[in-house]
Amino acid sequence: MSQFTLSRNAFGKLVYSDAQGVHEGVVPVRAFPIGAPDTGIAIVDIDGHELAWINRLEDLPESARVLLQEELKSREFLPVIQHIRHVSTFAVPSTWDVDTDRGTTSFVLKGEEDIRRIAGSALLIADSHGVQYLIRDQGALDRHSRKLLDRFL
Amino acid sequence: MNTESPNLLPQRQAVPAHWQQDVQSRLQAGETAVASVELDLDAELRYASGIMVATERRILAKTATGDWQEWPYRIGLQLGHHDHAGVGTLELQDGQARLACWRYTLGRNPEALRLIKHFDEQRDAFLSGRPLQEPEQITCPSCKAPIPADQEECQICTREMHTPPSTWTLFRLWRFAKPYKGQLLAGFLLTLASTAATLVPPYLSMPLMDNVLIPYQNGQDIDVGLVAMYLSGLFGAALLAWVLGWARTYILALVSERIGADLRTTTYEHLLRLSLEYFGGRRTGDLMARIGSETDRICVFLSLHLLDFATDVLMITMTAVILVSINPWLALVTLLPLPFIAWMIHIVRDRLRHGFEKIDRVWGEVTNVLADTIPGIRVVKAFAQEKREAARFREANRHNLLINDRVNKVWSLFSPTVTFLTEIGLLVVWGVGIWQVAHGHITVGVLTAFLAYIGRFYTRLDSMSRIVSVTQKAAAGAKRIFDILDHVSSVPESQNPVHLQRLEGRIDLREVGFRYGNRAVLRGVDLQIKPGEMIGLVGHSGSGKSTLVNLICRFYDVSEGAILVDGVDIRSLPVAEFRRHVGLVLQEPFLFFGTIADNIAYGKPDATREEIIAAARAANAHEFILRLPHGYDSLVGERGQTLSGGERQRISIARALLIDPQLLILDEATSSVDTTTEKEIQKALDNLVRGRTTIAIAHRLSTLRQADRLVVLDKGQIVEVGKHEELLARGGHYFRLYQAQLRQAENEALADIEEDAA
Repeated sequence: MSQFTLSRNAFGKLVYSDAQGVHEGVVPVRAFPIGAPDTGIAIVDIDGHELAWINRLEDLPESARVLLQEELKSREFLPVIQHIRHVSTFAVPSTWDVDTDRGTTSFVLKGEEDIRRIAGSALLIADSHGVQYLIRDQGALDRHSRKLLDRFL
Repeated sequence: MNTESPNLLPQRQAVPAHWQQDVQSRLQAGETAVASVELDLDAELRYASGIMVATERRILAKTATGDWQEWPYRIGLQLGHHDHAGVGTLELQDGQARLACWRYTLGRNPEALRLIKHFDEQRDAFLSGRPLQEPEQITCPSCKAPIPADQEECQICTREMHTPPSTWTLFRLWRFAKPYKGQLLAGFLLTLASTAATLVPPYLSMPLMDNVLIPYQNGQDIDVGLVAMYLSGLFGAALLAWVLGWARTYILALVSERIGADLRTTTYEHLLRLSLEYFGGRRTGDLMARIGSETDRICVFLSLHLLDFATDVLMITMTAVILVSINPWLALVTLLPLPFIAWMIHIVRDRLRHGFEKIDRVWGEVTNVLADTIPGIRVVKAFAQEKREAARFREANRHNLLINDRVNKVWSLFSPTVTFLTEIGLLVVWGVGIWQVAHGHITVGVLTAFLAYIGRFYTRLDSMSRIVSVTQKAAAGAKRIFDILDHVSSVPESQNPVHLQRLEGRIDLREVGFRYGNRAVLRGVDLQIKPGEMIGLVGHSGSGKSTLVNLICRFYDVSEGAILVDGVDIRSLPVAEFRRHVGLVLQEPFLFFGTIADNIAYGKPDATREEIIAAARAANAHEFILRLPHGYDSLVGERGQTLSGGERQRISIARALLIDPQLLILDEATSSVDTTTEKEIQKALDNLVRGRTTIAIAHRLSTLRQADRLVVLDKGQIVEVGKHEELLARGGHYFRLYQAQLRQAENEALADIEEDAA
């Protein structure tokens, strides 16, 4: 891994500098955001070119790690559905009221095909605006949620 | 300052109702909120509500945790926006540093964009001291239909996205049923009559029993005349019911087929008028299913299910009336369990319905595996993964079995249950009937008639219970069709169109911007094209070349700015009239099923044979067409004669030549063919380009050598304009693109040499 330093400028953008030069507005990107979020993070510049590859966040010095984690936290948005409170109807489009790890919200499901199975029993749900929600393990949901979900699967 | 500006704005709630009070309390005297966006995320991307408001003097914001903050307008203050993974970010900065940043989910994006627009306008107005001139013209951000001033959201998009299908939608079908009022009335009367006719036989069984059979058992002779009368009555009723039933079914089937056909044609005609944007966002299969099977489902619903249901209701009402008129007491006993049985059947059916819907979806999964694997069979075989694909299919099948087993458990119980409930009902009637006969309240004939009647309608209960689910399905189908019919084209026809007889071919792009959904594809594109000039559009894929061309063809309308042709905004020209002046040659030429002559004359169906041949000659297509067995009459397109890519392309060039357009668009016209074929096409293109305003997109930069100017696009903006040599000398974007292609060409040449050597 090459040596680099990270800092944040007045515009709130991350600045990356190494022997080759200085890049403003770089972003950290996880390679497997769902499968293996903690391993494999790339730092890419504004045009999407890879500047550095980090195998594990722990390997980084404290200051850089904190900056990256902060940035990741404010970039990633994949609410994990923990409980389905209510669905307006079993015919689509249907409005779902759900509890997620980021708080309570509601969204509109346009069609059953927007619920996609990914690895194992995890589900990825896309709402009418393209925001995605994750159900990590449908078996681990409570009975009520499972029953509602089951009607769409 | 600009006190008039609020009056110029349309009367529309700038702030959501539940924020109204909070916001009002923050505003100073004489200040009004102009636009706002409700925020639904906090800085850490947790759901939390907040708001941003723009007024004539400043911008205010409140987050869930924080207090109100405010920034008065000053020079350099900018509100920027970007989005990533479903989250939008608004950033306020003043040239030195970021002042604040807010987050929201993409659902709020239209409001956020509106806020930025108002922010810019109000800031400029505030700083310059000039009041705002233009009132805002509100259009829906996703379908571009104008939104009435008193409404918040676009009615069309909201309904399509958020409203579940309702049974009431079915009543909207009346629009299509109206022309057939007469037939419908006749059908209803026939239904009434034929149902009545079917109720005669059980009624006749009463006197047959009481006046013929019982007296005979008691030692009297059979009255042959009486029997003949009753039997001919039975026969007559059966014959009448047959004829009436036939007439009824025929008329109503006729009408429902016609309603279905009208529905299909109307929907298709409407669909063709919609913009490319609409087609871009939908899958072909879905649209085909809507027009094909959904209309058919509605048709079957009208002709079969609704008709059956109406007959059943009529029959039950008439039977009830007859039974009560014969013996009210026994009628009561007979009819009492009816609602209960109907309810039981309904419950079981409901369960089954979910099960069947599930089976449908699981079945989809099974076919998905097939659709996935069969087209990719070469990859499967090459990597020797047949076992894995077989296992995937077996797994999908196992899932299918599992669900089928579960449904079958209930399903297999269903018919026996209906029979059982019917028997119980009969049992009750038998019991009460025998008791009444024993007490001399009724005759045996009455009991027989009762049994005959209820035997009929208990069996109808099952088919009646089906009406709920078929109605829901038909309603869902009707909704999907009306979704298309209600959609307004996003390239609307102008209210007062300008007619241009002859185009000169001058094109002005003024600050053109375009968003696709939430993504900005083009920004601030400014370009003047002289009549007869040839422009080459160059850039990486995704730089917005095709979008720009689509905007000039008016397949989409610009989000910002304007496109002018001969000084006239293309939005004020009638769409069809404008496109008649545009010739389009695409990368993948599409040939419709038909003869070559038909395909060349597609844009001008009344072209003479001489014109077609002239166009084909000019397109370098004449000779290869003559080599085909049937010449210009050879069938091409799907199921037709196979033509090579270059041949198809030359036909599509002839097609463009025939309409003699003043504006020519070549979208990667030579990309999908090899270099030799490209040369032939190039010759055809040279004929085509002469004297016309041409905009060409090409991946191979070498094909654009003769362009008068090259326009280099990058990330939706024009970065360089100039001639090939000038741009090369400049050493910028174009130079890099050119170098990259040169290297690639060298590599290919090398590879060719190696291949030859081997």
